[in-house]
Amino acid sequence: MSLHKYSINQLEEMLDKKEISAQELTDMSVKQIKAVDNDIQAFLTVTEEEALKNAKAVDEGQATGKSLAGIPVSIKDNIVTKGTRTTCASKMLENFTDPLYDATIVEKLNEAGAVSVGKVNLDEFAMGSTTETSAFQKTKNPWNTDHVPGGSSGGSAASVAAGEVIFSIGSDTGGSIRQPAAFCGVTGMKPTYGLVSRYGLVPMAPSLDQAGPITRTVADNARVLQAIAGHDVNDATSSKQAVPDYSASLKEDVKGLKIAVPKQFMTDMISEEVREAVNNAVKVFESLGVVCEEVDMPNVAYAESAYYIISSAESASAMARYDSVRYGHRAESAESMIDMYKQSRTEGFGKEVKRRIMLGTAMLSGEWNEAYFRKAQKVRTIITNEFKQTLSEYDLILGPTTAQEAFKLNETPDKQVTQMNDRLTTSVNLAGVPGLSVPAGFTKSGLPLGIQLIGNHFDESTVYRAGYTFEQATGYTEKLPTIGGSEQ
Amino acid sequence: MKFETIIGLEVHVELKTDSKIFSSSPNKFGNEPNENINPKDLGYPGTLPVLNKEAVNYGMKASMALNCDIADETVFDRKHYFYPDNPAAYQISQDEQPIGEHGWIEIEVDGKKKKIGIERIHLEEDAGKLTHTADGSLVDYNRQGTPLIEIVSDPDIRTPDEAYAYLEKLKSIIQYTGVSDVRMEEGSLRCDANISLRPEGQEEFGTKVELKNLNSFAFVKSGLEYEEKRQAKILSEGGKMEQETRRYDEKTKKTTLMRIKDSADDYRLFPDPDIVPLEIDAAWKEKIRAEIPELPDARKQRYVEEMELSAYDAGVITASKEMADFFEAAVDHGGDAKLVANWLMGDLSAYLNKHHQELHDLAITPEALSKMVKLIEDGTISSKIAKKVFTELLENGGDPEKIVKDKGLVQISDEGQLKEIIGKVLDNNEQSIEDYKNGKDKAIGFLVGQVMKETKGQANPQKVNQILKEEIEKR
Repeated sequence: MSLHKYSINQLEEMLDKKEISAQELTDMSVKQIKAVDNDIQAFLTVTEEEALKNAKAVDEGQATGKSLAGIPVSIKDNIVTKGTRTTCASKMLENFTDPLYDATIVEKLNEAGAVSVGKVNLDEFAMGSTTETSAFQKTKNPWNTDHVPGGSSGGSAASVAAGEVIFSIGSDTGGSIRQPAAFCGVTGMKPTYGLVSRYGLVPMAPSLDQAGPITRTVADNARVLQAIAGHDVNDATSSKQAVPDYSASLKEDVKGLKIAVPKQFMTDMISEEVREAVNNAVKVFESLGVVCEEVDMPNVAYAESAYYIISSAESASAMARYDSVRYGHRAESAESMIDMYKQSRTEGFGKEVKRRIMLGTAMLSGEWNEAYFRKAQKVRTIITNEFKQTLSEYDLILGPTTAQEAFKLNETPDKQVTQMNDRLTTSVNLAGVPGLSVPAGFTKSGLPLGIQLIGNHFDESTVYRAGYTFEQATGYTEKLPTIGGSEQ
Repeated sequence: MKFETIIGLEVHVELKTDSKIFSSSPNKFGNEPNENINPKDLGYPGTLPVLNKEAVNYGMKASMALNCDIADETVFDRKHYFYPDNPAAYQISQDEQPIGEHGWIEIEVDGKKKKIGIERIHLEEDAGKLTHTADGSLVDYNRQGTPLIEIVSDPDIRTPDEAYAYLEKLKSIIQYTGVSDVRMEEGSLRCDANISLRPEGQEEFGTKVELKNLNSFAFVKSGLEYEEKRQAKILSEGGKMEQETRRYDEKTKKTTLMRIKDSADDYRLFPDPDIVPLEIDAAWKEKIRAEIPELPDARKQRYVEEMELSAYDAGVITASKEMADFFEAAVDHGGDAKLVANWLMGDLSAYLNKHHQELHDLAITPEALSKMVKLIEDGTISSKIAKKVFTELLENGGDPEKIVKDKGLVQISDEGQLKEIIGKVLDNNEQSIEDYKNGKDKAIGFLVGQVMKETKGQANPQKVNQILKEEIEKR
């Protein structure tokens, strides 16, 4: 039996009927990690002992009736876990063995009875889109290990795609859940900004960061989001809105929904195969009674520029605290305070992090603060308003999640392609709206592709409903990668 | 050339909220190092600031008491700098939208009243504390996150005396609002001073110098006095001022160069995305406004008008809220206002100064002082005896009537008893009688003294004087 084949709904039933125990489930997860992770390299820390202990508690009835009782999960290693090393895939935090507290998401997962089997890889401090900037290892795409899993939540997406866990928690600042989900053929949700608490999510850019679920199916995704969403007194930006029942809305009819397809998401930079996948999705939706129309969202074209300025500025600020004084890597040879700062940070941070610190610091300095940072904020407002406008006329916005299939490892992608990728995903973070990537077919080379469904603020329900209907109508989720996920 | 001095003061005041401004750790002074901290105070990754509304209320109250306009929307910003006492490497402060703006306070120097403008008051978090040892530096984060208000004056102050008066008044007003202990010795009030000189009549400001390490109001004044002379000398000799930060030395009473500011520091400020802008509606403002007690100037006026104190006395009494509250309570118990004020300003203040204590450290109650004053008024004790009673009250407290009774301090006013004692004294001092009759008025003083000695000071002095003269006449 492989974890791959089952949804959380099915596993819940089997656990209820005692056809399987939580300990057996955890055991399967750990076995799969041992079997495939040498190749996939998704995990940075495996917490086998603790996982089995927690699974035992579930079997003893301690999580009876809880929504994720006994379900194995992996957690992106930029989400803090009390007593468990949290590295952010950075040398800076390589020995950060105890962050002293659990992130609110982790607390909520524990309350729901989920069993964490470990922490997974990411681009260093979530800065990147291939998981290759990790200071420790390069995670591979389970569909083809010559390719990247995407990033920055590459470890999360790969661990789900490789059947190592049932679901994973990732984080998304500019596409870091959706893009790897698309590359790995799984389902990833970037929730509305403020829906999921950021307390304990190590910030990359706090005004853009949101944690969210990566799962195989849409129904699983809705279930996990249900468990982690909601107001948190420890996060002033978390919303007080009541969280609707996402699972209940999945099966409602999509007939009569209106979907907008922005021209600016379907430019020449989109590969033919991706374009076909989106056009195919439009046909599928139309066949189900959905009205799909091409729309103009001209300001979305400025998303990538605004995103780079804002996210770098906020990242530079967020990275400042890693000064080696209280925790983190400290250079041994430093002779003065300034030296200690300089050397520790020079040794502790990788190239990409340094690049963004420099860029972000510049964006906030002197006259550039007004010329770039404040201006980018204005552009952000314009983009947000454009999304609001479109979503006041349409229920959803549809587009590709990525411009093309997963990059090859060690490949430097075409700059225009990465800019297009950024437009597709970062615009959603800038606007703060929810975006879901759902599997939408495969390229000729056998790599998965995803489409993105974008909804109005706090309207995850409609996003999930459309995603679920599409998934049921197409069955792309059924196909599994041969590595690790096979029966052999 | 004659110069005009321009002084602006930046005062930091710690707010005595229960918890810190952005974390739930206790906000307390005097604990063991790193006792009052949590992951947020240490700048641990993923922790988030959550604004303490009590700190906003306190900041608003102080701003209102200092006549500021309160913002309808106030925003918190990140101010970046690297230092080990600053765990996030940015301080959360307020830049473009502070809580209060455009305030003022009135000061009085040499009988002349003057309004000093307050440019802005903003909320921010305090940093930790470094201790440097031979083996390295230690950091205590207890103070990290203590709520502060920074009060920035307009450049309206023209003399070190005005600066001193401004600080005294500011301290007094904030003390009245109860939002801070405003104790400079505990660091709950701190002051930096900016000072520049310009030729008289010139519109444009001169280059300013910032003074640090001013640990008392007297040092602020002394530092400014030194700096005023130093700058005048440089300018008179045709020199140019540099924009520098200078340190005041308490021993030499001089200032020394800390660093030259070649360009404005770049703190890369931007609104903190972790904290949402705070809307302050009219109802909230009114609620806080209603909590502000009567402030020193209003009290002073009332004491002059209703209690007939002199403006000077009323000013001294109302400078400290504790003193004014004590005064009012004593008067409420029936003590004569003028007498109560005299005791407070005289013996009590002297005692406090001598012992470096504060009013609440003493055992005396307002009721006791009022009773004691009444005992003087009805002649039960003399003012001289009262000093003994007062010392007892200050040190051990208690009921003045009981003290007077137990110690047998009741004044002897009985004429028969006094005549008998005076008779004896006169019998033994015939020379003095002679002297007095020969016009040596001083002799009477000696005789009064003898009577007091006989009665252990308890004889009613007026009566003694009167009877003595009568008895001498008879001889």
